[in-house]
Amino acid sequence: MDGNKSALLMMGCPEVPVQMGIVLYLSNKLGKAGYDVTVAGTDAALKLLKVSDPDEHYVKKTMEIDQCIADIVEKKIDFDCCFAFMHSDAGMTYAATMSAISKAKMYAVIFGNNAEDVAETIEFPAEKIVAKAVHNPIPLKNKIDRAIP
Amino acid sequence: MSCIEQMKYKLYLERTSFKEAREYIEKNSDEIYYVEPGYKIFKDYYIIGVPPIALGAKGKELLFTYVKPCHGTFVMAIESEEEIQRLRDKEQEKVIVSLKKGRPSAEATPASYHDVWKK
Repeated sequence: MDGNKSALLMMGCPEVPVQMGIVLYLSNKLGKAGYDVTVAGTDAALKLLKVSDPDEHYVKKTMEIDQCIADIVEKKIDFDCCFAFMHSDAGMTYAATMSAISKAKMYAVIFGNNAEDVAETIEFPAEKIVAKAVHNPIPLKNKIDRAIP
Repeated sequence: MSCIEQMKYKLYLERTSFKEAREYIEKNSDEIYYVEPGYKIFKDYYIIGVPPIALGAKGKELLFTYVKPCHGTFVMAIESEEEIQRLRDKEQEKVIVSLKKGRPSAEATPASYHDVWKK
């Protein structure tokens, strides 16, 4: 991946444990590759993030998810790539919205017990990174490393 | 948080999938309009959804999908003749633009859920 670009990591509901670990891991990876990384999520997901990374070693910029969507629609911001995290229909729906409103290259990061079922519902253009991971982040980390060397 | 949750609303479906919510609106509205994700209603709510997103008019009520990441999709209804009229005006504009281009008006709005991704 090239440096000097912007990336959005869009978190879904934070109830599945692997999400937070992978968001921190991917943010670190993209940051080292020169990406300007922003993480968007619900109020609860962002609180989890701030508690997990209090000194902002891995994540420097955060945004409330609906504000992020509003700002993209209003053309105040946009990103070169977007990693949409999802384990449910609602997460897929947010990702479909992002695909429609943003010019970002889309990556759908799909995890949880129903990962394969959720992946099948995706009809928008996106590179799918799928792993049936709930507590153990390694299968999802390995898939991410394969997709983004 | 959008101002929608502070308004007087009715819930027709709760914590369902987006597809089921869209089908509910299509089956239970007097008029149906399709919009793209990010269409703004009630001043500050940008609609989240898989395009094309169905909005319905049922009497004075506007039926729409409301998605929350941790709770799924809801079908909400808020009385607003203003928002319904805005949708009617938007549809009328599409027909006029379409006629000016010499194409049939049916092309103005995708005919089905799958047509959006065919472009």
